[in-house]
Amino acid sequence: MAKYLTKKVFISILTLWIVATATFFLMFMVPGGPFLAEKAPSEATIAALNQKYGLDQPKIVQYKNYFTNFLSGDLGPSMKQRGREVNQIISTGFKVSATVGGMAILVAVMVGIPFGSVAALKRGKWQDNIILLISTTGIAVPSFVVATVLMMIFSVKLNLLPTYGLTSWKHYIMPVMSLSFYPTAYISRLMRSSMLEVLGQDYIRTAKAKGLPMFRVLFKHALRNAVLPVVTYLGPLLAYTLTGSFIVERIFTVPGLGNSFISSILNRDYTMIMGTTIFLAALIIVMNLIVDIVYKLVDPRITYK
Amino acid sequence: MSEQSKKISFQLDVSDFLPAGQDEKQSLVCMRESVGFWRNGFSRLRKNKIAMVSLFVIILTLIFAFIAPSFYPYSYEQQIRGSENLAPMQYSAAELAEKEAGGKVFPHFIGTDALGRDTTIRIMMGSRISLLVGIVASFLVLLIGSLYGAISGYLGGKVDIMMMQLVDIIYAIPDILIIIILMVSLKYPLQNIANTVPGFQWINTIGVGLICIFIVFSLLYWVGMARIVRSQILSLKEQEYVTAARALGAGNARIIGKHLLTNCIGTLIVTTTLQIPSAIFTESFLSFIGIGVSAPMPSLGSMASSAIGGLTSYPYRLFAPALMISIIILSFNLLGDGLRDAFDPKLKN
Amino acid sequence: MSEILLDIKNIRLSFFTAAGEVKALNDVSIAMNRGDVLGIVGESGSGKSVTAYSIMGLTAHPGKLIAGSIEFNGEMINEMSEKEMRNLRGNEVSMVFQDPMTSLNPVYTVSNQICESIMLHTGKNKKDAQKRALELLDLVGINEPQKRMKQYPHELSGGMRQRVMIAIALACEPKLLIADEPTTALDVTIQAQILELMMELKEKIGMSIIMITHDLGIVANMCSKIAVMYAGKVVEYGSVDEIFYNPMHEYTKGLLNSIPKLYEKERTKLIAIEGTPVDLLNAPEGCPFAPRCDSCMKICLRKMPEYTAVKDDHYSACWLLQREEFAQGGKSNE
Repeated sequence: MAKYLTKKVFISILTLWIVATATFFLMFMVPGGPFLAEKAPSEATIAALNQKYGLDQPKIVQYKNYFTNFLSGDLGPSMKQRGREVNQIISTGFKVSATVGGMAILVAVMVGIPFGSVAALKRGKWQDNIILLISTTGIAVPSFVVATVLMMIFSVKLNLLPTYGLTSWKHYIMPVMSLSFYPTAYISRLMRSSMLEVLGQDYIRTAKAKGLPMFRVLFKHALRNAVLPVVTYLGPLLAYTLTGSFIVERIFTVPGLGNSFISSILNRDYTMIMGTTIFLAALIIVMNLIVDIVYKLVDPRITYK
Repeated sequence: MSEQSKKISFQLDVSDFLPAGQDEKQSLVCMRESVGFWRNGFSRLRKNKIAMVSLFVIILTLIFAFIAPSFYPYSYEQQIRGSENLAPMQYSAAELAEKEAGGKVFPHFIGTDALGRDTTIRIMMGSRISLLVGIVASFLVLLIGSLYGAISGYLGGKVDIMMMQLVDIIYAIPDILIIIILMVSLKYPLQNIANTVPGFQWINTIGVGLICIFIVFSLLYWVGMARIVRSQILSLKEQEYVTAARALGAGNARIIGKHLLTNCIGTLIVTTTLQIPSAIFTESFLSFIGIGVSAPMPSLGSMASSAIGGLTSYPYRLFAPALMISIIILSFNLLGDGLRDAFDPKLKN
Repeated sequence: MSEILLDIKNIRLSFFTAAGEVKALNDVSIAMNRGDVLGIVGESGSGKSVTAYSIMGLTAHPGKLIAGSIEFNGEMINEMSEKEMRNLRGNEVSMVFQDPMTSLNPVYTVSNQICESIMLHTGKNKKDAQKRALELLDLVGINEPQKRMKQYPHELSGGMRQRVMIAIALACEPKLLIADEPTTALDVTIQAQILELMMELKEKIGMSIIMITHDLGIVANMCSKIAVMYAGKVVEYGSVDEIFYNPMHEYTKGLLNSIPKLYEKERTKLIAIEGTPVDLLNAPEGCPFAPRCDSCMKICLRKMPEYTAVKDDHYSACWLLQREEFAQGGKSNE
């Protein structure tokens, strides 16, 4: 187990480094700098700004500088949002995104698992058909479609919910719903097929042969085994929620990390791009690692080479 | 004893106790026909109503996207002065005048946008982009992924370990992040190459944005396919019929070609079909954010994005592309599911 | 207390699948006394497991018992409610399945799975249940029971897993133990041990056993009575001696003939029964074995044979046995 962990951690760090380096050099392929969108500053001003941010140095030197700073925890100042440090922007943005994202994941798990189980139990009956219908559409409709449709219905037509910002509890409803639509549908389907497979297993037959009541067969024997594939999905689920946040935050003008990531790309805010990419990448990688460990705890059969 | 005999004699006959002929026995042996893999699969697919409907919808969409525009009177970048912001089936003042004068004006089924461009043709072209991306990208993924996975799986040993190490690393990379960055950064160098290096003009005809997407997909998304193909090959390699084939003197190529790959085809078809909607989704996602194909080429994602601003006044501008994307993705998903049920020997039922 | 433990009368059971009605059991009757070891023999698809599951009420969807009755220990089980059935299962009637690896839940320990049964039917608390579980593990011949209790199924060998299954089955000292091909998935040497174990336990606990198998060797060793099944029908029933030394049904004869004999000096061909088993989806009206029978008569193809008693407690379903009678009866009728 320890050997497996070390190997995984090593790969994670390697991947992170590759991502960061690739991002760094790729960014410079894009013409235009962070300062060109400003109201036509003079050549001298641009030169001065470039010097201030070290943009006039050769790329390798910039790279080295960036990473030495990085290792001491300093991600540099934002080039676009003058006066704010990247670290600061990331942490405020992340708090927001984490709340919305966390709620979405919670909804997905708490709705998806029971839905899928019920569908499997009532296989072929109307409950199954309805759940299948909803979940199949759910995985096909992209999140921005869901978001805009929700906005259409609840904000424009019914005037019930606000369309932007995140100040009251009402503001959370549509973003969370839009973000959780796809994962709920996916988990439902996953749970359903997993439960169906488990219910056909021999050990369920043994459990019944012992005379166990149906609910014990389901909750003790079936669920524990059926939920394993869902645990493996948690890693990709997190990645999805992160990227889904890009769209949802933009549509509902939520001041989260996804929103600022997109903005920083479009604005060529190099330090923001680097900082956010590294942060998000590290987050996803760490989460995947945690999910791997959790899976091992839940399923005693897994052995790692 | 005699009781029994009397009972029997009512129903039977002496001749009944004569030996039965071989042909009489044969007539009762009706074994279920054994059908070939393809015919079996296709007949199962045909019975699946949902999959058949999805296939039909996909064909309709293909016609809509690739054939219909040639017959359509408007083009996607054509801006008709005076016809801005028309509602579905509404005519502008100029167009009404022309109709009264006896001329024929082709209706704008879904209205026009702020620049007077007909929405219907733009939806058609947008669908074309989406379908192109979906199919070509998935095909690239299939090619690269299955070759890589098959070689890695078949060769095994150290080669396999190394090849899979690369896959692990690429797999760990958060794809959307990299895609966004790649899309933004590759456009300009590509544009440069297209404009300056001789022999690369075709990049401009197809469109830099599209090429970008293809490159990005080829770089990142083949790993899933590679893993699947490799695990298939690994398990098939150990099957007894492979050992039997070797024992009978079959060479490597024959083994791979006839035994291993043919057993993979089911999985390959299913995985590729299911890859298409996810490629389409990624494309619309990218266009929605604004880094997909470039204007004036329409993409369903960018059309949806620009429609949000005028949502209250022109809701149809959002619904049309949104509905289109959803239909395309849904039908491919359902078809993929149907294919899996039909061709995957490990029955889902 | 009557002698008869289990009385299955004329049951018909079909699976209503998407492809049609699969007639799995077609008028099956089996009776068993206390202390019997009944062997049910037949090939795959003959209906042996289906019969066993129907006794426990575990017939899988979409199967349904459409006719007949099952009486166990004086009670009509086919009419019992699900709750009453659950009291029986694991308690008075237990089952041991074919593949112990897949029959044990992979995510729970041995202790957990044995104690579950004990606590359910005897109301013992966890500590007492664990004590009893240890006793059982000892009883079934597992070494180091303390250690094994905490292990997971995948950490045990095949033979040990099957012993655990038996321990679970015996936890509440059932009156009837149904063993569905318990040794098919195991090595031959382990097979012998497991069978010996079952016989020992039978004596100790005083239970009856139904042994379902396709292996005639096992049956010859263990069973007192044998029911031979083919295509959902009991084609012959009798004591071990009768079946082996005086087989009446062509199928039984074929089975016994196909066993290669060690003592043959010359090289003889292996005798197999020609043909393939019946498609239960389109079962013919006559004797199911007819197309493969060398002595098939015209009537065999048309009508299902009735049971003819050969001796006390030995009967067979074959028109050949009726031929002589008919011939005699025909003459006396003229």
